[in-house]
Amino acid sequence: MNRSEARQEIDRLIAAEDAPAAARALVELWAHEASPSAGAFVVAGFEQLRPHLKLLPYRLAILRSFTVEPMVPLLRAAAFCAGIDLAVHVADFNAHVQAMMDPGSTLYGFSPDAVILAVQTRDVAPDLWDDFSALSGDQNQAASTRVKGEFRDWVHAFRKNSAAHLILHNLEQPRQPSRGVLDAQPGDSQRAAIEQINRELRAIASEHRGVYILDYDALVARHGRLSWHDERKWLTVRLPIAARNLHHLVGEWLRCLHPLTGKVARALVVDLDNTLWGGVIGEDGMAGIRLGTEYPGAAFQALQRALLDLHHRGILLAICSKNNADDALEALEKHPGMLLKRSHFAAIRINWSDKSQNLREIADELSIGVDALALLDDNPVERQQVRTTLPAVFVIDLPADPMEFAHVVGDCPVFERLTLSAEDQRRGAMYQAQREREQLEQGITSREDFYRSLQQEAEIAPLAKATLARVAQLTNKTNQFNLTTRRYTEQQISDLVASPGWNCFSLRVQDRFGDNGVVGVAILRQQGTTSEIDTFLLSCRVIGRTVETAFLAFLADHARGKGAGRLQGWFLPTRKNAPARDFYSSHGFTAAHQNGDGTLWTLDLGEKPLAVPEWIRLHVLNGDQ
Amino acid sequence: MAAPLSDRVRRIVADVLDVSVASISPDSSPETVDTWDSVHHLNLVLALEQEFGLQFEPEEIDQMKDMQRILAILGSKVPQG
Repeated sequence: MNRSEARQEIDRLIAAEDAPAAARALVELWAHEASPSAGAFVVAGFEQLRPHLKLLPYRLAILRSFTVEPMVPLLRAAAFCAGIDLAVHVADFNAHVQAMMDPGSTLYGFSPDAVILAVQTRDVAPDLWDDFSALSGDQNQAASTRVKGEFRDWVHAFRKNSAAHLILHNLEQPRQPSRGVLDAQPGDSQRAAIEQINRELRAIASEHRGVYILDYDALVARHGRLSWHDERKWLTVRLPIAARNLHHLVGEWLRCLHPLTGKVARALVVDLDNTLWGGVIGEDGMAGIRLGTEYPGAAFQALQRALLDLHHRGILLAICSKNNADDALEALEKHPGMLLKRSHFAAIRINWSDKSQNLREIADELSIGVDALALLDDNPVERQQVRTTLPAVFVIDLPADPMEFAHVVGDCPVFERLTLSAEDQRRGAMYQAQREREQLEQGITSREDFYRSLQQEAEIAPLAKATLARVAQLTNKTNQFNLTTRRYTEQQISDLVASPGWNCFSLRVQDRFGDNGVVGVAILRQQGTTSEIDTFLLSCRVIGRTVETAFLAFLADHARGKGAGRLQGWFLPTRKNAPARDFYSSHGFTAAHQNGDGTLWTLDLGEKPLAVPEWIRLHVLNGDQ
Repeated sequence: MAAPLSDRVRRIVADVLDVSVASISPDSSPETVDTWDSVHHLNLVLALEQEFGLQFEPEEIDQMKDMQRILAILGSKVPQG
């Protein structure tokens, strides 16, 4: 099908009101043709389909010192294809200072979820960019200090006025330093002056919640400083970036938006033959498959290294392969070229069953939805089958050349993260411990005996600086055991607990197999003699182990201690939170009120206290609140 | 084989301006097409640059004010045959 025919077919599907098929065709068109004209067509198509699709609305503001308008349709097209309906507000040229400093600015009036500050070195530091050779050492230092102070003031003002995420472009280096090779020698350096500002931007980001750096300088360098720009367009229409590079910047914006919108994969399922190694283990045998430090096996080691990077980023790895299990496991455990070990995989399906069925089972085993899975498979037929039967799975298109595999994985925006908690880094190991727990459970007949054998210790603490990031993360990604599914940013949680009557607690659980980390959050709001549970959630890692009872018993005690006579909480049903449906009724609460959103449950605190299960040791900490 | 130059250009103009290919004539210009404003004109220039792998001179961009002149300028820059 040529490009005109592809468009006609999509127009036909839209006219026929076949929204899912039209959306699939638009995604496919964009995958083959990420051009400005295709971008406009894809946006127009999705805008017609919008009422019939489940898209995540998200509001993005761009503050800029150069023309970004041509990138907006590209960004919106890419976002639509990722399931995000992006509303974009572009501020006037060089209006970023006023927009951030003035609480009444149109920026804040737009109520953005995220804001990008895209300013260029030549605009915020024209002296360092144009006149560096003429500056004395003191003037150079003064210029850096001025720019650093400006950024600091802007971000500070922004945080006072908005809880939105803020993405700061760092400053690019010139194509050629104005002093030539002298710039690299000891003494004053243009490059060092700009680097100094970029270091300061990282420091500023570390001092504020929800402030992130987009490494614009590295982006320009990656695509080639010499060919990045279009100087004529800069001088005529204030667009510094060449037409062929616009989609690279859009791609980088999208890599930030994926983690911010939660459109991320939490597990990557990989195939084995011709993916993790070259060749077919069942036919070529241990000695025949290509995997090692030399060409061509090095391509597969590079891919394995990329997968290890994901593992350390907290993304679970799983195997789904059509193979004889004995052959494949032998290669996995004994081949000297394997960088990945069996213990790196949280779930393994090596059989001849249908791939989609295996993927569903893997999602269940990992307690995540299939929409949190990504698939890496060299076989286009398998990929197509999964795309059709499980459209929620993120299917990675692998090129024919294995030397490209590692780069393709590195380019996937669904694996991007903007923050990393200690839990993320240990997640793979924690899933291994979970498998051992389940084996223990299978050997024990009574539930109570199982609970006792776990030797659980629950530690409850008021919100602390060290747990804030994890607490916010849990409110955003916990879907199953979540009574109200209210999503909060770090900033919003900090603001809540600073308000009178509000308290936030985290729950950490350890057992004989290890530390599960922070796995529960409760937010409590007291008004008069009523204490309301605003948020109560538990990571799926610890569902069904009665720690929720201990956590609730603590909340009841806490509320009683603050003079409350009644504890109440809403259950707001969603598509995913059935595991939490009976939580209040099974703990003695009675239904007091019902509306279209859910049910309000209450508990009279004058009656006998809720008991902490005898098999859980409870520790209550005083935090730094 | 690639489609003739004018067909490729008409499709790009239709995409960028969100109008049907059939509605584009040699006389189409910012005066006759509602969506053809300055932002869309820049988008159109960039779309053509990327499609044909070239860069227009600022003077050429100023002259590209209707379909006929866009085709003439492109024709002088794109090898055909």
